[in-house]
Order: sequence, then C-alpha cells, then structure tokens
Amino acid sequence: MSGWLLRHLQSALFAAGRLARAPVSTAFTVLVIAIALTLPTALALGIQSVRSSTGEFANAVDVSVFFKQGVPLEKAAQLAASLRQRSGIARVDLIPAEEALKQFREQSGFGAALDVLEGNPLPHALDVRPRVDAADPARMESLRRYIAAWPEVELVQVDSDWVKRLNAILDLMRRLVLGATVLLGVGVLAVVGNTIRLEIYSRRAEIEVTKLVGGSNAFVRRPFLYTGLLYGVAGALLAAALAWTALQLLDAPVERLAQSYGSSFRLLSPGWRELGILLGAGGLLGISGAWMAAARHLARIEPRA
Amino acid sequence: MIRFDRASKRYPNGREALSGATFEIREGEMVFLTGRSGAGKSTVLKLIALLERPTRGMVMVNGSNTSALSSRRIPAFRRQLGVVFQDHRPLTERSIFDNVALPLHAAHLPLKDIDKRVRAALDQVGLLDRAQALPLELSVGEQQRVGIARAVVVKPKLLIADEPTGNLDPGLSMEVMGLFRRFNEVGVTVVIATHDIDLVKASGLREIIIAEGKVQDPAGEHLVVPSMEAER
Repeated sequence: MSGWLLRHLQSALFAAGRLARAPVSTAFTVLVIAIALTLPTALALGIQSVRSSTGEFANAVDVSVFFKQGVPLEKAAQLAASLRQRSGIARVDLIPAEEALKQFREQSGFGAALDVLEGNPLPHALDVRPRVDAADPARMESLRRYIAAWPEVELVQVDSDWVKRLNAILDLMRRLVLGATVLLGVGVLAVVGNTIRLEIYSRRAEIEVTKLVGGSNAFVRRPFLYTGLLYGVAGALLAAALAWTALQLLDAPVERLAQSYGSSFRLLSPGWRELGILLGAGGLLGISGAWMAAARHLARIEPRA
Repeated sequence: MIRFDRASKRYPNGREALSGATFEIREGEMVFLTGRSGAGKSTVLKLIALLERPTRGMVMVNGSNTSALSSRRIPAFRRQLGVVFQDHRPLTERSIFDNVALPLHAAHLPLKDIDKRVRAALDQVGLLDRAQALPLELSVGEQQRVGIARAVVVKPKLLIADEPTGNLDPGLSMEVMGLFRRFNEVGVTVVIATHDIDLVKASGLREIIIAEGKVQDPAGEHLVVPSMEAER
C-alpha cells in the first residue's frame, strides 16, 4: 500500500516537475482553464447572494389591507384587534393614514409634489403577517376572503406575487448559469485534452521505450493523468482567486447601490465549501480531459525497432 | 526458449520480410543472427519481442505463442526479456540511474529493490560511478552500455540485441560482446543480430543466417521442430 502511494506520489511530482520546466505554456493553459471556471463561479455566487438576502422574505408572505377612505381610525384599530385573535396570525400592524403619508413623503422623494395635494389621499392600512407555518396558499386565500368580506375594506393584497416573480427570475438565472457551466466545462475538457495530446506526441520516444520495456498502458498513462489533474486544480485555484478579487472589487459599489435602496444586500465571498467544490470540479475536469486524450492517443504509439 | 515454425511476416506495404522461417534457439544458448541489411534480421527480433506478430506460422517465446497473447498481456511478456538496440534511445532528460530503473518502475518493484538492482546492473556494465550523469554526457560506448544495463536490470531469461556494436569501434565492440558472453555464462539466452561477420567468426558461436527473408541455419539443421515432425 505504501509502495503504491509512493509510486503515485512520484508520478505526481514528476508531472509537476514537467509543468514547472515549461512555465509559459503551463501558465497559459492554467489561465484559460481559470477563466472558464471563474465565470460560472462568480455568477453562481451572485445568484446565491441574491437568494440568501431575499431568503427571509421568500417564506414570509405579508397581507396588506387597505381600508376605504373615511373609515375612522378607531374602527380600523378594532378590526386589527379582532384579527389578532384569529389563529395563524403572527402580527398585525396598524398603519394610520397620517403615518403612511409621512413614510411615503420620506422614502419616495415626491415630498414636494405631495404638498400640492389637499388632504391625505392614503387610507388607513393593516400589515398582517401570518405565522410561517400557516402561510400555505390555501390558508392565505381563506384569510384574504375573510378580510375582504368586511364592508370597511377596500382592497386586500397578498404580497406573494413579487416573491414568486423573484424566485422565477432566480430560477431562470440559475439555469442559464448551469448551461454556461456545462459549456465552459466542456471547454476545459477540450483545453486539457488538447494540451495532453500535444504532450503525448512530444514524448513519443519516451512512451515507446517505456512500452518496450514492459510498461503497461496504465503505467504509461499515469503521469499524463497527473498532469491533467494538476492543470485542473491549478486552474481552479486561480479561478477562486479571480472570483474572490472580482467580488472584492464589486463589493463596495454593490453595497452603495443597495444602501441607496435601503437594502443591506451584500455580495457573498466564496467560502471553504465553494473552494472545495471548485477544486473538485477543476481536478475532475482536468483528469477526465487527460484520460480522454490518453485513451485516444497512447494506444496509437507502439514501440518500433 | 525461442521457436519459429514456418513464420512469415508481410508488412502492410506488401513486402514480405520473412518467409517460412523455421528454427529453434534453446535455453542458455547464445546465437547470432546474421545477414545483409534488410534481409530480415530486425523482423526476426521484432517477432521475438512481440513488436510484430507473424502473418503466417507461429512464434513461440519462453512458452508463449506470441500470436495468441492478448494485448493486455504484452507488457508482462516484454518484462521477461531484455532488449538492446543499436540506437540505444536513452531518455535524455533523465539520469543514467533513472533510465536503467525505468523497466523496474514499469514492473512496480518496491523502490528499495529498484535501487539495489539498478546499482547491480550499472556495476555489471562498469557505469556505477556515472549513475547520476545525463545520457548525453556519456560517450557512445558508455551509452550503449546504459542500454545493456537497462535490458538486463530485469534479470531476463532472454536477451535480444539489434546491432549492439553497430556504432562502436572494434575495441568497444569486443568489450560489449564480452558483456553479452558474461550474461550468457550465467544462463541468459542471448540472441544478437549483427552484420559484423568477423566478430561472429571470432566467437565460434552458432550463427543463423538470414538471406532475403529465408533462414539458413547450418548448425541448427539437426534440431527437429516438433510440430513439423508431427505433420509429416
């Protein structure tokens, strides 16, 4: 077992030595692999950031209740109190019309325009949040009907539509990223495969001699597989560095943009888990590309006398 | 050890390099294959080393019918014989030690055994002190001895050599022949293809002459090839 391990270690070191002896071509191959891996990594992290920052809304569906104009605040407070008695309700906030106007004036930037209006166009409103375990569509619908049946209520709005849309958009983007990832993965396979193919032909004499002295196909193939593995892992490491750098550069502007919308949205930095996945994927692609090239081309090289 | 039974080899270009060759080389023998360039000597060696298979007839080497061996068994087959070539083809990037160690690595020997056996083989050809040199730092004669060390490091029962003295002056040729004779004395079957007739005559050893793809085996005529006997 230890002999087996030692032999593999030797092959790996040998492959690393070969790569180190041709630094320029090695660097270019690694760079191409890294770029192909960076793109899906950065996109996936972006989508994940959006998902994690919207995650808290995704399941908590609010119901907005708008009363008819002229319904007195006392009546609205009474209805809010009765709603709080109902099961499956986590919270009911009463938003008086004056407060709604104040908030709107502060947040919308239309303060001056509002001054032109006579009186308050906004009604009293309720912000009803159901308990998370009671937020399934059927119960939401029955809640909506219950509230809508009150004569004082003008409109009941279940705020789940935008969450559905956001999720649909995120889902679409995930699929696009998945598609891009598959294509770029095939690209990495092709790059590694072609590099290994050239390497095989430039080492033709060595392969012939090795086969002549009884080296099996597995023995001849092994250093090339390690070369592919090293290309893949090196490319993945560089891709992680590139993705991390890109996210660092984007972090401050994104935060500023998010803040201007009153959001605390932040881009996620790649963590150990992402690094692990990236290294695993890079290594697997590298070794697979090398395997495909070796399977095709090594068999064609037979010793001549 | 080696038995050719009406073995013929026709290459894809249509040239018949060997036609109906029948001869036997017994275990422990040292035999020369002679003949002009292109007469078929190299083809005979290729058929023995399983670089080629006969298109007709049969070649038996160390109990294996080369036509019947699956390609997966070829590496193991080649590991039991040592091959020396005229162009010794060292791997120029690797030290003499690593060149000689290659067949042992291919055979997955433990590293400490590899070290011991490579040193022994280099010692036998007188190159132990050059172990860490690169092949191109050596003279032609020394490079040829590296090739011999690489062939014998696996302790083969059969050693085949194609023009091993082709690039060497008479003094070095004698030296290399001396090496082969020493391996033969410890029981290794040795087959050497050469056109150096003087060397062959001086050795007094058995000579298999190949001319235009046909075998003349003056000393081996008394040998009976069993399968032919059965058919007669």
